[in-house]
Amino acid sequence: MDKIITSWDRIKDSDIYHSFIKSPTAIVSSVILFIIFFCSFFVEFITPYNPFDPSSLSLMEAFTPPSWTEDGLSKFILGTDGQGRDMLSTILYGSRISLIVGFSAIIFSLILGVGLGLTAGYFGGKYEMIVMRLTDVQLTVPSILMALLVDGIARGLISREMHDEMAIYVLIFAIGISEWPQFARVSRAATLVEKNKDYVSASTIIGVSNLVIMFKHILPNILRPVLVIGTIGLALAIIAESTLSFLGVGVPPTTPSLGTLIRLGNDFLFSGEWWITFFPAIFLVILAFSINLLGDWMRDTLNPRLKK
Amino acid sequence: MSFLKIKNLSVDYPMRKETVYAAKNVNIEVNKGEILGLVGESGSGKSTVGNAIINLIDEPGKVSSGSVILGDLNIHEDRNNIIKYRGKKIGLIFQDPQTSLNPILTIGEQLIETIQTHLNLTKDEAKNKSIDLLKEVGIKDAEIRFNNYPHQFSGGMRQRVVISLALCCEPELLIADEPTTALDVSIQSQILDLIKKLTKERNLAVILITHDMGVIAETANRVAVMKSGQLVEIGVTKEILTKPKKNYTKSLVSSVPPTNKKISRFVIVDKQNKKNQENNIKILNRWDKKEIIKQDLVQIKNLGKSFDDNFFTESSKNSVMAVDDVSFKIKEGESFGLVGESGSGKSTIAKMIVNLFKPSSGDIFFDNICITKINNKSEMMKFRKQIQMIFQDPYSSLNGRLKVRDIISEPIKLHNPVISNIDLDGYIFDLLESVELSQKSADRYPHEFSGGQRQRISIARALATQPRLLVCDEPTSALDVSIQAQILNLLKDLQEQLNLTILFISHDLPVVRQMCDRIGVLKDGKLCEVSNTEELFLKPQHEYTKKLLHLMPKIESIYN
Repeated sequence: MDKIITSWDRIKDSDIYHSFIKSPTAIVSSVILFIIFFCSFFVEFITPYNPFDPSSLSLMEAFTPPSWTEDGLSKFILGTDGQGRDMLSTILYGSRISLIVGFSAIIFSLILGVGLGLTAGYFGGKYEMIVMRLTDVQLTVPSILMALLVDGIARGLISREMHDEMAIYVLIFAIGISEWPQFARVSRAATLVEKNKDYVSASTIIGVSNLVIMFKHILPNILRPVLVIGTIGLALAIIAESTLSFLGVGVPPTTPSLGTLIRLGNDFLFSGEWWITFFPAIFLVILAFSINLLGDWMRDTLNPRLKK
Repeated sequence: MSFLKIKNLSVDYPMRKETVYAAKNVNIEVNKGEILGLVGESGSGKSTVGNAIINLIDEPGKVSSGSVILGDLNIHEDRNNIIKYRGKKIGLIFQDPQTSLNPILTIGEQLIETIQTHLNLTKDEAKNKSIDLLKEVGIKDAEIRFNNYPHQFSGGMRQRVVISLALCCEPELLIADEPTTALDVSIQSQILDLIKKLTKERNLAVILITHDMGVIAETANRVAVMKSGQLVEIGVTKEILTKPKKNYTKSLVSSVPPTNKKISRFVIVDKQNKKNQENNIKILNRWDKKEIIKQDLVQIKNLGKSFDDNFFTESSKNSVMAVDDVSFKIKEGESFGLVGESGSGKSTIAKMIVNLFKPSSGDIFFDNICITKINNKSEMMKFRKQIQMIFQDPYSSLNGRLKVRDIISEPIKLHNPVISNIDLDGYIFDLLESVELSQKSADRYPHEFSGGQRQRISIARALATQPRLLVCDEPTSALDVSIQAQILNLLKDLQEQLNLTILFISHDLPVVRQMCDRIGVLKDGKLCEVSNTEELFLKPQHEYTKKLLHLMPKIESIYN
């Protein structure tokens, strides 16, 4: 007992760690995610090609099928697209953009939703009513429609030249704004439970201010359910980004994301160049599926009600 | 020949780190027509034994060895035996009458269903039988109540229905797991009387599982004491309670607050050697000790609080007066007790004194200043510092995400922002030692402590602002008796040395008798009477007080 307990010991001793090493799904999905994240963020050092450098492209090599097919070239493992860009490199560059947009959007909606939900739950009264009715209204609008609406308004407000530059921020805002209500609902519900616990009363009696109680005491205690839906929300955000890009209102084709790649490849699908749309699509499925599996595992582990 | 024989029963729970032995080689025999009290503290395995008899052990636990012989049949030998016997030969009563009845079926439907499962009766016969049963357990207008839903019964009535369900197939063995713990004293005694009466009339063998020595003293013929899965002692109740042989039983009995006299301290058997040691409380050196001036520290005048249902309903009609025109005074340096059953408004008063709720009417004066009318924040802080509170539930009163150090340093830093880090550490260590915790505790998280230790942390936090008034809202009712005795001793020591004024709120009369100088009795938000402790226990004035005193389970009843 005299040994100093480090935080690593605490982690090793925790139920979460043990549940993790016992769950093959959790391990496999997090390994896949780690590889995807690593490759996407260090893509410059991994791929020999830069698909956005026009000088390195050769139209002669356009429409090369994957390397294991008859006409394939061993230097393009997954083949090339209509401009002679290496598919694998393009996908990795694209997934970086998808991930950046997904993460930023989910963090944006997390801050907005938890902030509103936490304050609504804590203060109650008319303020709570207004916030919660706002989430109700927002939930009646499908999130893709909401994102399209935001994008449309942004197009009207921002000049054409600026548009491509701003597109990524508009996209983050559009997805973020359509996802916050669920965070607000969950964090409000959790706050209602926490604020009636005695430790909150104890802090009030000591004289701690409302702001400190909310962010130092209640927030860490409501983070579990919020993080669980945040993980699943991340998959949704990445899919939403791809959907918007597929519809042509997302990131511009000069810096393609996974959705843009699928859209571009879609044009060639019927002429037999299936790989141009197939690989980005399958990549997106694996990415979203892994995140969802990890989210499911987290929900099962962090929810004490499901524990036996 | 005893009716039920439990031989060498062991129950194991293989867990991730180690196997927990919830019961180890337990041998118990129960005769017909007798009540066997199974007593022990939380985690002692008393419920495990009760559940093991009918093989209702939760996964991953299992009965690893031993046999249960009912009559002359080993019911653990064949799974089918248990299923057949459960509910038929063995009746069960659980702690919480709220959850042991199905809320969407009428009690009649539940009775008929149970009867028809086990006995070969037609629906009408079953109905007649259920109505007879309901009458037997003391439910008035049984024919009409038969068609009611569980929520239409009060807690005590619901427990009677549960008993009738347990009895409906003429069981010979009844297992009652804490049958009265969720109930108020006045209802508790009725239910215990009912169980006693049924035992005699039906010649039942009863196992009464409880943590309450008073209940045991009043009902059980024989008692079995359990500790960490093992049987410590078994014998006739009177012998065990008056002349315990084992040390553990001795400490358990001496921890029970006596109802008939006031003692200065509880005797803690294990710690007797330490007693002579001069124990000055560490924090005393830092304490800005106030001389006790014989004055009223707290005055409560015509205090009222109503809870309006909500925003949409018409108010005033539906509002419940939780506290209704209550006035009393607490002198500086005394312990004032507030007693009452659940819903009597005692916690509401506490929360108004510590300013968690605003009163609907009336005033609270602290040190002759009306604290209910202060709106200025910095003015309020002065009083926050002087009034602190200790809560009932040690699990929810500490923020699990903070280390003990951070929990205790919060009030210190808030009221003394310029304190240096070294000084702060010293202060925290002194506080921890004052509540008999080691300095190492500072770097642990609350979940690493037991309930009693958590309550000590809670006390340390409350003392950090050097309060003059400590409001204790049922500080020990979630704790085991031996831990309760330690915490009560600690509170007494702190009060003596630090000149604290204590408002002690409890439903437990014996505890209040040990702790308080004066007592106020609350019923339905109204104050019935206030008087000195001894006077109240010897010569109660109000009818309600008399009733409460009469009904409280008395461990001393065994001596008569």
